[in-house]
Amino acid sequence: MNEATPMVQIRGLSKHFDGVVAVNNVSLDIQRGELFAILGSSGCGKTTLLRMLAGFERPSSGQILIDGVDMTEAPPYERPVNLMFQSYALFPHMSVEGNVGYGLRKEGLPAAQIRERVAEMLALVKLDNLAARKPDKLSGGQQQRVALARALVKRPKLLLLDEPLAALDRKLREHTQFELANLQYQLGTTFVVVTHDQDEAMVLASRIAVMAEGRIAQVGTPAEVYEYPANRHVASFVGNINLIDGVVTDAGAGRATLRCEALNASLSVVCEDAPAAGAALCIAVRPEKITISRAAPEGQDRNVVKGVVRDLGYFGDQSLYRVRLSSGTVLQVSAQNLRRSASLTIEWDDEVYLSWEVASTIPLRS
Amino acid sequence: MGSGQHDPAAFLSQPCEHTRQVSAPAKKATDPQLWLRRALRMPYLWLLLFFLAPFLIILKISVAEPMIAQPPFSALLVWGAHGLQGIRATFENYSFLFRDGYYGIIVLSSLKMAAIGTVLCLLLGYPMAYFIARQPPRRRQMLLLAVILPFWISFLLRVYAWIGLLDNHGIINHALMSMGIIHKPLAMLYNDFAVYLGIVYSYLPFMILPLYSTLERLNVDLLDAAADLGARRWRAFVDVTLPLSMPGILGGCLLVFIPAVGEFTIPALLGGADTLMIGRVMWDEFFVSRDWPVASAVSVVLLLLLIAPILWFQHLQNREHEAGS
Repeated sequence: MNEATPMVQIRGLSKHFDGVVAVNNVSLDIQRGELFAILGSSGCGKTTLLRMLAGFERPSSGQILIDGVDMTEAPPYERPVNLMFQSYALFPHMSVEGNVGYGLRKEGLPAAQIRERVAEMLALVKLDNLAARKPDKLSGGQQQRVALARALVKRPKLLLLDEPLAALDRKLREHTQFELANLQYQLGTTFVVVTHDQDEAMVLASRIAVMAEGRIAQVGTPAEVYEYPANRHVASFVGNINLIDGVVTDAGAGRATLRCEALNASLSVVCEDAPAAGAALCIAVRPEKITISRAAPEGQDRNVVKGVVRDLGYFGDQSLYRVRLSSGTVLQVSAQNLRRSASLTIEWDDEVYLSWEVASTIPLRS
Repeated sequence: MGSGQHDPAAFLSQPCEHTRQVSAPAKKATDPQLWLRRALRMPYLWLLLFFLAPFLIILKISVAEPMIAQPPFSALLVWGAHGLQGIRATFENYSFLFRDGYYGIIVLSSLKMAAIGTVLCLLLGYPMAYFIARQPPRRRQMLLLAVILPFWISFLLRVYAWIGLLDNHGIINHALMSMGIIHKPLAMLYNDFAVYLGIVYSYLPFMILPLYSTLERLNVDLLDAAADLGARRWRAFVDVTLPLSMPGILGGCLLVFIPAVGEFTIPALLGGADTLMIGRVMWDEFFVSRDWPVASAVSVVLLLLLIAPILWFQHLQNREHEAGS
């Protein structure tokens, strides 16, 4: 296959279980060497999609091409795909070496070659000194690496990872995240990570597909998904956000002005082909895009509202504020603590101005 | 502000506080463990009362001499005018067993019949247990109940009922002949076939239950993983399901094999004159020949023979437990 063909082409894929639609008409291209993440809350269909890619579930309709070859009906043992299970699914009665070598033995490779490739893979995941151990004698992080080695040793064209870091504690997770990304870069294998953890998806992936109710809500780079969410669902699922409903009062020249009853204010938003005056439009703004100050903010082209600090969370590096406006609506604001100081510049019950650039305001059509 | 109110001295003492808190519950934890260990000794008391005591009585009878008396054997302790005078014990009964090849043949024949019955139970029980374990939870409960249901009827009655089925004039022969499939009744009763049937019928639940419990615990992800790594269904079964259900296989086999070796009811009711099983021979020695000492010696030898596989199984389980912990 030529290099331009995407490694995975999913076309109009659907899966029904007893009348319930788990995956609904999903089409997706995943490029060679990509670290692609499928992000969604539980029950959004991401696991079903993964199981169809691995061959454990047969699609109700649609097509899956892997490296240009139709694999829609192929059983798991005939696909150039390997899966790292969320539970790791290590064979408890086999040693680390036995687990990693299992797939190669099923390929019928000569014993010497199996030994060589297993040793190579164990060295790659830094487990060469534990080859003879049984899985239950390993820590969670070591088990995770055995599962990874076992899935990678067959040199799959596509590696699927089901919540790869979910079972690890926080510190190990951060470390493993970068190791996993490095390994992927080193090997150049196409990785598809399924996760409900947006931080995991953001840090690991080159592109993210956000899934909701069996459909793909948006596909994009982490920054695109974060800064330019396609709809309300993506906006609120990825990161923190303030959602504000309003009615367009004036539109034109790539901008719109809205009356927002919830804020008791008029706001502007940069928006191409904005809906005509009188139409409803939802806008959103991320907490870190908002500047909080006691003095009236200066600067042009900003949306400004006033409120009172109701809640304050000090995290060291940053502070989170919940500011109540006169209308009763609460907006979340986060601010980096850029200057070293033991006393806070803004305290509970302070009257504050919140302002943000018009360009940072996100218009959401649905 | 929160962080400003911290007393540095209090803050520095925190790690010490922390270590003390960690060590204290660890010390406390031994108390419930002690209770647990005491509670775990209860079964030993049970065994002492209901297994060891009867066994010692049998052992005592096995070294006595047969007598025409009530009870029909000599006493172990000889009492005189001045108290205990001596112990009268003989190994004649044991040496008789080994001199007389008859008992050896019967023991071998019992072991063989029990082994064949056990293998038949395994071959039949494994697919059943596998099937039940793969059902949705509510169906599983129903099917397990169906497996246990026969226990609600007396074992003796159930074995007896087979006579009505297998007899020359029984239901099966009658049905086959009236349909014209056979013209002469099939000899299905009073032979080894009937005994095997009885063993499989009676002991199948003891095979299914331990098998079910290991198969039900099997993580189905493991089978998916095997398929993902290139194993077809049958290969995945041989590589993963079978080895991981070994504890259930061994447990089920022992639960069937051990009682089947000494089985009396099934060979007595369904077996033929040439069905040689040790349970029946013991019965004859006790109640027909009234030679209690020889019968007791047979029991002791049989017990020693059966303890070997139990110890072996325990050894395997311990090893697995050590590997698992």
